[in-house]
Amino acid sequence: MIPLSWYMALAAILFSIGIYGFLVRRNIIIMFLAMELMLNAVNLNLVAMSHYLDSLRGQTFTLFIITVAAAEAAIGLGLVIVLFRNKRTVYVDHINELKG
Amino acid sequence: MVNQLLFLYCALVIIGTALLTVRFKNPVHSVLAVLVLFFHMAGLYLLLNAEFLAAIQIIVYAGAILVLYLFVLFLVNLRQEVKVERFVASHRLSALVSICLGICLLAILPFFKLGAKGNYPVGRIEQLTHTKAMGLEIYSTFLLPFEIAGLILLIAVIGGLVLARNDKEVAENELSDSPSAGTCEVQE
Repeated sequence: MIPLSWYMALAAILFSIGIYGFLVRRNIIIMFLAMELMLNAVNLNLVAMSHYLDSLRGQTFTLFIITVAAAEAAIGLGLVIVLFRNKRTVYVDHINELKG
Repeated sequence: MVNQLLFLYCALVIIGTALLTVRFKNPVHSVLAVLVLFFHMAGLYLLLNAEFLAAIQIIVYAGAILVLYLFVLFLVNLRQEVKVERFVASHRLSALVSICLGICLLAILPFFKLGAKGNYPVGRIEQLTHTKAMGLEIYSTFLLPFEIAGLILLIAVIGGLVLARNDKEVAENELSDSPSAGTCEVQE
């Protein structure tokens, strides 16, 4: 039997790696991928807890999170394409028009 | 014992591929590392008796979302990415912040207490099969969120169409079409 804390520790580590990738990378597509990592960490936590609580709520939430992640990926990548079409770059430090 | 070994294997691969994802120079390699990560995440879902979610994870995440990422990567030029610096200027500070966050999250874990048990023990889910149990839960308790999820997908479809349409090209085509049509009529 695997303790619940193992799953939660793995999810915490994965979430921090996602935060690290989001803060560190310049390429906006890789930043989106790091966001997917964070969503997966949350999903893992929800599924593990719903298993150990004998409940299906967490797993239903995970299903909805996957739906929203798909919608987010579609719209976010559409925005990336528009950005690339207008500015010819996907690097976040080139997009600094609003910087004072 | 076998379960624990399987968990440790999946956990090691997940952490390794997650680190590789944020470190790889080539974005295509990053996406492929995330693919491996998603498959091992599905393995963990199987360990947690959530086989429907494992299938959804592979079909939606690995099958649909990652292919979308690959398409966009191919639309955006890759050549310079391999040579250009891949990290922002303040990446040391960012690493420090994320390591501190990870330590804080891990330190909080021992104080977590499980709440009240629900009414779907493993035996009942196994008897119903996981997909049927999920369906019962979704179509009774979570009916309204399910409808809202459908609405969100509709918005994503419309948003994707609106964003991907090239307004400039459309306008230019209309502009270039109308004078040429006019000249054709004059010539005739």
